Amino acid sequence: MSDIVLHKDIPETLLPADAAAGAETRTVEIDSHALNFGPQHPSAHGVLRLVLEMEGEVVARAIPHIGLLHRGTEKLIEYKTYPKALPYFDRLDYVSPMCEEQAFALATEKLLGIDIPDRAKWIRVMFAELTRILNHILNLTSFGLDCGALTPALWGYEEREKLIEFYEAASGARFHANYFRPGGVARDLPAGLEERIGEWARQFPKWIDDLEGLLTNNRIWKQRTVGIGVFTTEQALSWGFSGPCLRASGVPWDLRRAQPYDNYDKVEFNIPVTRQGDCYDRYLIRVAEMRESVRIVEQCLARMRPGPIKIQDHKITPPPRREMKRSMEALIHHFKLFTEGYHVPPGATYTAVESPKGEFGVYLVADGSNRPYRCKIRPTGFAHLQAIDEMSRRHMLADAVAIIGSLDLVFGEIDR
Amino acid sequence: MADTGNDLVSGATRARGALGSLAFALSTAVPGIRSAAIEGGELVVRTTRDRLIGLMTLLRDDPRYACEQMMDLCGVDFPERAERFDIVYNLLSVSRNHRIRVIVTADETSPVPSVHLLWAAATWWERECYDMFGVLFSGQPDLRRILTDYGFEGHPLRKDFPLTGYVEVRYDEDRRQVVYEPVKLTQDFRNFDFESPWEGILTLPGDEKAHETRQGLKLPR
Repeated sequence: MSDIVLHKDIPETLLPADAAAGAETRTVEIDSHALNFGPQHPSAHGVLRLVLEMEGEVVARAIPHIGLLHRGTEKLIEYKTYPKALPYFDRLDYVSPMCEEQAFALATEKLLGIDIPDRAKWIRVMFAELTRILNHILNLTSFGLDCGALTPALWGYEEREKLIEFYEAASGARFHANYFRPGGVARDLPAGLEERIGEWARQFPKWIDDLEGLLTNNRIWKQRTVGIGVFTTEQALSWGFSGPCLRASGVPWDLRRAQPYDNYDKVEFNIPVTRQGDCYDRYLIRVAEMRESVRIVEQCLARMRPGPIKIQDHKITPPPRREMKRSMEALIHHFKLFTEGYHVPPGATYTAVESPKGEFGVYLVADGSNRPYRCKIRPTGFAHLQAIDEMSRRHMLADAVAIIGSLDLVFGEIDR
Repeated sequence: MADTGNDLVSGATRARGALGSLAFALSTAVPGIRSAAIEGGELVVRTTRDRLIGLMTLLRDDPRYACEQMMDLCGVDFPERAERFDIVYNLLSVSRNHRIRVIVTADETSPVPSVHLLWAAATWWERECYDMFGVLFSGQPDLRRILTDYGFEGHPLRKDFPLTGYVEVRYDEDRRQVVYEPVKLTQDFRNFDFESPWEGILTLPGDEKAHETRQGLKLPR
């Protein structure tokens, strides 16, 4: 390498203005090329195959290929009785299982025309909010991980573990709970669980403060997220956004408030809304939602009273095990319920819940038999992922990673 | 706007609340609507394929309906019907807080007009519906498969598509690649029918005499 710098080797942008005027101009062509992002890339959040058409390091077009985790859930459900269809919902969005169950349970209850006991509603609301926190912890910390912040993930997994233990205590399973059933919940909370959840709810806001201390005013975090993936209100509505992504774009819309289900009309909570619609706002919304969820959990604990946790019609909910050992009728009910299930009167309903990611809907068509005629699942991330082309256009490759993180994609749900 | 004697209109007027008045307005004022009624507390509008775009534009732009969002599009297959598919659009208005469900019918060859120019989100939903049911959408520039495998054949959510499918994949150790083979079931596919043969039958076979006695048709000897 010689010390002599030739004039033609100096890029035009570095030349003084007068020198550039006299110099010969060169046209540099950068080939646009396609980049396969995933399906094994850790920040693809699962099995996203994203074909990125790049111009240098700038994304010209992003083409998601989905379906790598397609398991035919909707087809399988058509061949299962209603109680057997429920566990499939845990496996859709495996980060927030109980909220998915809630949508199917509510849809089935609507077609059956039944109303569940008050305690079951409080348990459902409480666990739906615990699920929201569970989901947001994983999303925010892995979003941080994508942008180079390692510590939140380490801290977050400890908190998630506590919540998963509540899951386990209530339902017996850490993830695939199968807990919210049509007609109520599977079983009552074990003794002492309410106190443990109360204790956790007292100390959890401190953890949110710690998380915010790591990220919210972090210079690097803001450089990576502020002004990245901006979506206007009109765009968000047109692209079918919901949940935190819609609220980040300035639409004060929350199904828990607008179309309340279970006991959401009886609890007080705020709906955080921001205006910028960028990745940073989506982060802020989720943090604020976690604080509101803790409030809701505390209200549920305060207002929960002992009582039945499922309807007493044993054509729909199984009789207690103790009764089964003595009563012939209970034994028959149990047998019929777990082989044949129950027959749901003909009809159709679109029932949606505010899952942690947004609107999760179930379009359920019943034909009077014991199996759904059609069960369409409306995944939240499907609509969000579709907009990634629009969102990441003209952004850098690293920004596309931040956008994927901020959209909170889970492919169990998108691919079904 | 008096009661015209039309069953659909009177059905809509009987329903109470804001949704009922919406259904009434739709069924009387908008041309090309087959029916607009409250079914199970949800507003359902049935229309024809050629009127779909006009109706959807109205539902999106008219401030009375103001459906800014199309949350879901799905197909339902009824193989025994002449036009076997129902295409169901679930619309949501965040400003007026209501949902409207629009249903059109289609068969394998007649295309449904695409609504992707009204709602950008429609593209993937239409692709999914095409993938799962083989419903065609005219005017949709990107009508490719979306959820199924590359090179997949058939439309899996049709009722005549078997649950097990036609092909299965495995990794072939000798050829060192993933191979497709016809499905081999180690056990016959079992599909239990829970339609009880006794349901609705008052007289059980072989029990005619006792039944007649029970019904009081014949006095016991």
